[in-house]
Amino acid sequence: MTTTQKQSPAILKNDAGSTSGKRRSRTRQLLPMALLLVGAVGFLFPFYYMIVGALQEKRDPTLAGALPWPSNMTLSNFTDINESIDLGRSLLNSGIFTGAVVLCTLFFGVLAGYALATLSFRGRGLLFAVVLLLQAVPFQLLMVPLYVLLVRGFGLGDSYLGMILPFAINSVAVLIFRQFFLQVPREMFDAARIDGAGEFRILRSIAVPLVKPAILTAALVTFIGPWNEFLWPFLITKEQSLQPLAVAVANFTQTGAAFHDNPFGAILAGSTVLAVPAVVLFIVFQRHFTATDASTGVKG
Amino acid sequence: MGLLLAAPYAIFVAAVFVYPLGLGVWMSFHDFYFTAPGVDVAKPFVGLDNYATVLSDPDVRASFVHVAEFLVINVPLTVILSLLLATALNSAIHWRGFLRVSYYVPYIAASVAMVTVWMFMFNSGGIVNQILGPLAPDPAWLVNKAWAMPSIALYVTWKQLGFFILLFLAALQNVPKELNEAASMDGATRWQSFRAVTIPAVRPATTLVVLLAIITGANLFTEPYLLTGGGGPNGASTTPVFLLYQQGIQQGNPDIASAIGVLLVVGVLLVTYVSRKITERD
Repeated sequence: MTTTQKQSPAILKNDAGSTSGKRRSRTRQLLPMALLLVGAVGFLFPFYYMIVGALQEKRDPTLAGALPWPSNMTLSNFTDINESIDLGRSLLNSGIFTGAVVLCTLFFGVLAGYALATLSFRGRGLLFAVVLLLQAVPFQLLMVPLYVLLVRGFGLGDSYLGMILPFAINSVAVLIFRQFFLQVPREMFDAARIDGAGEFRILRSIAVPLVKPAILTAALVTFIGPWNEFLWPFLITKEQSLQPLAVAVANFTQTGAAFHDNPFGAILAGSTVLAVPAVVLFIVFQRHFTATDASTGVKG
Repeated sequence: MGLLLAAPYAIFVAAVFVYPLGLGVWMSFHDFYFTAPGVDVAKPFVGLDNYATVLSDPDVRASFVHVAEFLVINVPLTVILSLLLATALNSAIHWRGFLRVSYYVPYIAASVAMVTVWMFMFNSGGIVNQILGPLAPDPAWLVNKAWAMPSIALYVTWKQLGFFILLFLAALQNVPKELNEAASMDGATRWQSFRAVTIPAVRPATTLVVLLAIITGANLFTEPYLLTGGGGPNGASTTPVFLLYQQGIQQGNPDIASAIGVLLVVGVLLVTYVSRKITERD
């Protein structure tokens, strides 16, 4: 919002010119706005269409079917998919998986971020390089070796632990915490040290309370990863009662849906249950999401 | 002391990142079998045999061609659209919050969920074909050999764009307003100042966006698995990671799969190196 205010003098300057200048500045504003609104419709439409499709009693792929007609509305798609995949159980699995990943990420992230930002120790440079490198190497490459290790080596197939372990560290969270700890004046930590507080005491009584906003941001940024994750939990859970919702919906899409009256309705109902919580959470905490997420990405 | 605090993180990195990475490379040079936990069988060194098998497999070669096809469509489209939309968003006065949220929604929503809507929209009787009428391709997009990969590229562009718009938006907010004002005073049109001021000013962000788009694109799995029902039609949309899954986990050849993985990394490194040379030129 501050940028908007900064901008207005420039626009005033333009407006103060001749009438033709005024008209030009008007189109200068209208053209990007039109572009943005057309774009926004394109971006929101599939999400909206998913919800409409989930509520349709009979599948209606026509143009008119994009509107929610009250005569064709039902909740039966949700009960329908619930008979094939236990939505409550899958949501619980997603919750356990996501919750554990977020907790581990915060725990390791606060410790490593604090150490990287405020303490000097041997190997600090190396550790920071590893944190950055981790961001660049995609998970898919580690997929087969991790599968060999965790499922074949340790027998962690079909277990929450096997699902959680590869996601328990997250370099984005470390970078967020490091950035926040760097902004805290050094004197605060030094004063506590002079008063005889140990590093754990400083961490608990000074550092963590100071970076509460960072904890919220890191939790939100981490949340969408495991909540939406498909590949890894799909690989290691064969038992349906342990599958997170994303895996259950995907399997239903591939195989289970064909026997239903309105297969697409049931699939879209499952998709709605999967997608809506993350989007609602994002809208509620929008401000915390955007700023830090993007700036960590740019500044590395 | 610092080492002690950082130790849990460092140990985890070693266990779930460094060690598996090393194991993957090691497996690609050996004959490796799945065994029950604790059973030890010989895993002889076979040199480049796995690589020879992989490179002579027409399916693998086709999957790399598919990814190249994907990147040629996805990367330019992503860079152009996200920069244009971010520039427009940066100069917008009304509804900034609403617009930013709407662009980010596809990125937040699970791919598994969004894929189903796209299937619903792009199948033969879907709303997209209803709008296109006689112009609709036959067979429909996702089951058409020529259109399957472009459809996936379009889907991924749409899905990821919000994230890249944010990266550009952050970069644009560091561009001094005076530069654009000066250009506009000198009579530059919007397009001229976009080319002369905005594009050079956000070059580091462009490099980052290209890099991330290539890495994401090279690792396609969920989309060919779900959107085109397992790399269909007739294997026209298989990707290296999809074959990696098929070979390594479905068919029990982790050594072959690791060789595909190593080749993929080498390929990605080469492509990103070339792309950096291009985006950072002049």
